[in-house]
Amino acid sequence: MGDDEQISLVLFSGTEDRLQAAAVLTAGAAALGRPVHIFLQYWALDAFRADRIERPLPLAPEAGAEGRAAVDALARAGQQGWAETLRQAKEIGQVDIQACSLSMDLLQLEPAQLDPLVDGVEGVTAFYVNAGEGQLLFI
Amino acid sequence: MTASQLGPAAGPLRELDARGLKCPMPIVRTAQAMKELAAGELLEVVATDPGAVADFAAWSRTTGHQLLSSVSADGEFRFLLRHK
Repeated sequence: MGDDEQISLVLFSGTEDRLQAAAVLTAGAAALGRPVHIFLQYWALDAFRADRIERPLPLAPEAGAEGRAAVDALARAGQQGWAETLRQAKEIGQVDIQACSLSMDLLQLEPAQLDPLVDGVEGVTAFYVNAGEGQLLFI
Repeated sequence: MTASQLGPAAGPLRELDARGLKCPMPIVRTAQAMKELAAGELLEVVATDPGAVADFAAWSRTTGHQLLSSVSADGEFRFLLRHK
């Protein structure tokens, strides 16, 4: 396993728990020196809008009321938010976050409306080429 | 082995209190701290995350920063690392 083994994440869901899981996976990979390439689609992209990134988000349907309480308890116990975890991952490693151009159209977004965490906009072809032979996760 | 057993010849020791931090922040903070150290310098980390023992061992193997010791006591995990 080389240090340069890239991991690619396709973020589709805009729920807090899935974004949190993705941020944890990203920070862990960045700490190991693995480049991470993130492709934002659909509702995940919506969560990266500059005017929404600090907004509270719902959880995945399977969470239920108990899940909500557990996630809130973890946050009170000091787990930082997913956006902050991604910012720190970018500080320690090589993390590139790209918006899916089709989803930009879908949500009628301009690049200036996205949080600075997002490095650019690309199509699916660029995403696959940049992902290379590394592992790909869909969240 | 703990930092005090290494003696003054081991050079300056940086300490990182990662107690209370949730996964993966102990490792993220450690990676951040290591970037500020030079080759051979030491970092001691204290963490409470239950995955820390496995995580620090794996992180050390992959990054090449040497894990000199890993000690568990009273729900805390203490790691001594040497920058590669």
